[in-house]
Amino acid sequence: MNMKTKISLLVALGLMLAAPSAFSASVKLGFVTTLSTPAAVIGNDMRDAVELALEHIGHKMGATDVEVVYGDDEFNPQKGKQATERLVVQDKVDIVFGYIWSHVLLASATTVLDAGKILISANAGPSQLAGKGCHENFFNISWQNDQTPMAMGEVLNQRGVKTLYVIAPLYAAGKNMVAGVKRTFKGEIVGEDMTKWPDQIDWASELSKVKAANPDGVFIFYPGKHGPAFIKQYQQSGLSDSVDLYTVFTVDSISLPRFQAAEMTGVLGTTMTQFWAPDLDNAANKKFVDGFKAKYGKYPSFYAAQSYDAVMYIKSAVEAVGGDMSNVDGLRAALQSANYDSVRGEFKMGPNHFPIQNFYSREVVADADGVWTTAVRDTVLNMHQDVYAGECSM
Amino acid sequence: MEWALLIEQILNGIQFGVLLFLLAAGLTLTFGIMDLVNLAHGTMYMLGAFIGATIFLWTGSFILALLLAVPIVAGIGILTEITTLRTLYQRHHLDQVLATFGLILFFNELVQVVWPLDGLTVPFPKYLDSTVPLMFGIEYSVYRLMIIGSGLIVAVGMWALVTKTRLGMLIRAGATDRTMIYALGTNIRLLFTLVFGIGTALGALAGVLMAPILGANSGMGEQIIIIAFVVIVIGGIGSVRGCFIAALITGLIDSLGRSFLDVILALFIPVNAAEAAAPAISSMLIYIFMTLILFFKPQGLFGSQTQ
Amino acid sequence: MLSLDNLQNRRKVLGVLVIGLCALAPVAANLLDEPYYINLFARLMIWAIAAISLNLILGYGGMISFGHSLYLGIGAYTVGIFAYYDINNFYIQLVAALMAGFCVALVFGSICLRTRGVYFIMITMALTQMIYFLSISIEEFGSDDGLIIYVRSELGTDLISFDNPIHRYYVIFLVMIACLYFSHRLIHSRFGYVIRAAKSNETRMEVLGYPTFRYRLACFVIAGVMCTVAGVLSANVEKFVSPDIMHWTRSGELIFMVVLGGMASMMGPITGALVFWLLSEFFARITEHWHLIFGPFLILVVLLSPRGIDGLLALKRSAND
Repeated sequence: MNMKTKISLLVALGLMLAAPSAFSASVKLGFVTTLSTPAAVIGNDMRDAVELALEHIGHKMGATDVEVVYGDDEFNPQKGKQATERLVVQDKVDIVFGYIWSHVLLASATTVLDAGKILISANAGPSQLAGKGCHENFFNISWQNDQTPMAMGEVLNQRGVKTLYVIAPLYAAGKNMVAGVKRTFKGEIVGEDMTKWPDQIDWASELSKVKAANPDGVFIFYPGKHGPAFIKQYQQSGLSDSVDLYTVFTVDSISLPRFQAAEMTGVLGTTMTQFWAPDLDNAANKKFVDGFKAKYGKYPSFYAAQSYDAVMYIKSAVEAVGGDMSNVDGLRAALQSANYDSVRGEFKMGPNHFPIQNFYSREVVADADGVWTTAVRDTVLNMHQDVYAGECSM
Repeated sequence: MEWALLIEQILNGIQFGVLLFLLAAGLTLTFGIMDLVNLAHGTMYMLGAFIGATIFLWTGSFILALLLAVPIVAGIGILTEITTLRTLYQRHHLDQVLATFGLILFFNELVQVVWPLDGLTVPFPKYLDSTVPLMFGIEYSVYRLMIIGSGLIVAVGMWALVTKTRLGMLIRAGATDRTMIYALGTNIRLLFTLVFGIGTALGALAGVLMAPILGANSGMGEQIIIIAFVVIVIGGIGSVRGCFIAALITGLIDSLGRSFLDVILALFIPVNAAEAAAPAISSMLIYIFMTLILFFKPQGLFGSQTQ
Repeated sequence: MLSLDNLQNRRKVLGVLVIGLCALAPVAANLLDEPYYINLFARLMIWAIAAISLNLILGYGGMISFGHSLYLGIGAYTVGIFAYYDINNFYIQLVAALMAGFCVALVFGSICLRTRGVYFIMITMALTQMIYFLSISIEEFGSDDGLIIYVRSELGTDLISFDNPIHRYYVIFLVMIACLYFSHRLIHSRFGYVIRAAKSNETRMEVLGYPTFRYRLACFVIAGVMCTVAGVLSANVEKFVSPDIMHWTRSGELIFMVVLGGMASMMGPITGALVFWLLSEFFARITEHWHLIFGPFLILVVLLSPRGIDGLLALKRSAND
């Protein structure tokens, strides 16, 4: 027996109550992200991007009015599931999207999917949902966790890094990042430390080990507030003069203003990989980045880009079915074809509903106004598909 | 094993231990004397970091940040003592836990409103932002050496305070047998407020000192307060000496464990298994250590029987 | 007609109100077209079961466990791991969970009960932290990302199914009532008197010839096993389990529910869970910075009423007298 075969009363109730909206002239979307706790700094950026997207499309998808209801996961899987439930059974939204954290997404997934609705991740890309646990109604519009560090592994090969030291937090995404870089990096891993998450914010011990190992490069993954703390300690330990630092999801437009305020010039010139960058040259991205900067006075983060993109993505599907949200098959087909102008440029939706897309190397630079941002250097992976797609059968 | 790495990790362990001592000293005093379980002690550490960082970022003077932030936070601490905590001394430990948890929620949220959501990033003071060569070719952070130095100075100061002054005599009396101080005819209210103020000041000092390394973040107090509680329990509640020794041991175990546990485990189990297990076990190490101590010494290393 | 001047009567009225609210919540939710509240109340009752079990050791036994959420985790993970291996029979899962809870509580209890007071608080917390970090490190079961449970426990009958939210709700409700009844009987049995007497004066009980350690250990194990049941139910509501359920803050929340409701009072844990959940839900609606209100609220409750909501009932009487 699998999850598709059992339909609960709750689901029936939800569908029954959701049905009338199919023929009304409005679409209701639910967006779950972190709006309280310090992690709300990411959630707020995502919400800002969704609001900007709604403004850009005039709050309409085709002829249909669109409304977004926000849910706060409080950085906690149970609260995230509760917020999702609220959107599904109470607000009766047609599509649920958002989700920063893998554990919140995994906890919430069954609530949306059991109700027969469509779920779109605008950030979290856990391997479970890309491989064996893939689902016809689940789509990811960001990336699979392993892909970005795989791109970094290629960068390291190109730069001639022979020995690498890896430091990442001991949790699922951290392990994915380490596994990803190992998939492509051809040199030797001379040391690997998995640190307590999120409690550990002092890396004295690990940095001493790096010094003793004396590698060509250090690879780290520290999202959120941990990133600035790590990089500062890295520089203070004197390592930054001799060993290059390579990061994924650690330096972004949320942390860069903090680096700049603290005058940590060592960050300039460091390399990261990503599927998107603010200076990526296409019309959709230009409109998004210029609009975001004009409205909020700062660069958008990749979280914001994904959220903005998700709204455009949903818009393309809603228009394809002419606003008839009860036509789930039609929505699904439209989402599969991914026929819209993405801020990342060209991409395809893979068979497991994860994007097949380019990954770029980016460098931290100061822009014309002296504001620190990132600039695209090379295309590292071309139309790259995640490694779990083969395990997915749907 | 490389001696340079070992010595560096010992220094790291001492630095962490000194930080734990600054935090745990205040806890063990309030606990031992007033019988107050103050979960919100970590909040004072956080406020120290935020206020110190703000003053430092404004004025550019780290010394000024230390001189101003510590008394400001001590003042805030004394204010909460007078308004809230004072009434809790005679109450059940659980009431204290609940009320001080309320304080944590309030202050964590408050700093998110007052300061940027994701906290502050603080530069190192220029004159301490370098490394010095020690023996075996070790280059060690001047700033971390400064923290070790300040912590040791405070430890000596605390030792002098506890053993050489009248206040210290009262503290020792209170920690050994709480009912004693009630019988001594001193102004108990003032004594308690004073002790609480000293504890808060030490916590705030730790916060200011750590801000350049860790930054200032909402919730940073809870990450460390649990470990500080582990320290005072290992040391024995109310014992400043036990607290100092336990803090150093805990710091060393954490630092050396993170560095050498995989090597040590590999002596007993296959290398692959050792490398897989080491990070998980090193996270548990101090808890395992505490459990062992309490198993053999249920009152901690230097605890008195009356607690 | 009950006189509200009497504390016992006030307690009865509050008890009837709280139980009645839980019993009728799904009906009300459907009538008001607020189906979201069905699962909210289901969750709340699961926490209430856990709080009832904690109250046994914390309220009546004076053993302040700061690691009780461990048993929620054991129950939930047992269901999760069995479901992962496609064993979905409820009874097999339940028995396995109870046995796991029993063994862990027995071992941990015999370690922890060597200590007293704050040492006990810390050692229970430490042991739970160890299991928490263990669960994070096991990749097979999702480490910190957690484990999706694709199929809820199968009750082996077509009449009742955990997939039906109403069925699920009333199963949880009945289990809660059963736990309440059980703890009531236990506390008023000879065993319960020994436990309570040992709380106030252990030496005296030992002199009287009672092996208090064994009594306290038995109580600790019973509480652990009861909380495991809550974990099993939680897995069936969430269809998901992650280490987060064992985080020390969850144990803290359980303590708050018990203290909020009033320690060592029969209805305390349920009232506490109800007030805790509904208030946090209510405050969160007002502002994202709801902790600014919730924190001072907790402080006020403690300052105004030393014995939680149950204490408020008593307080009012003395004001009237």
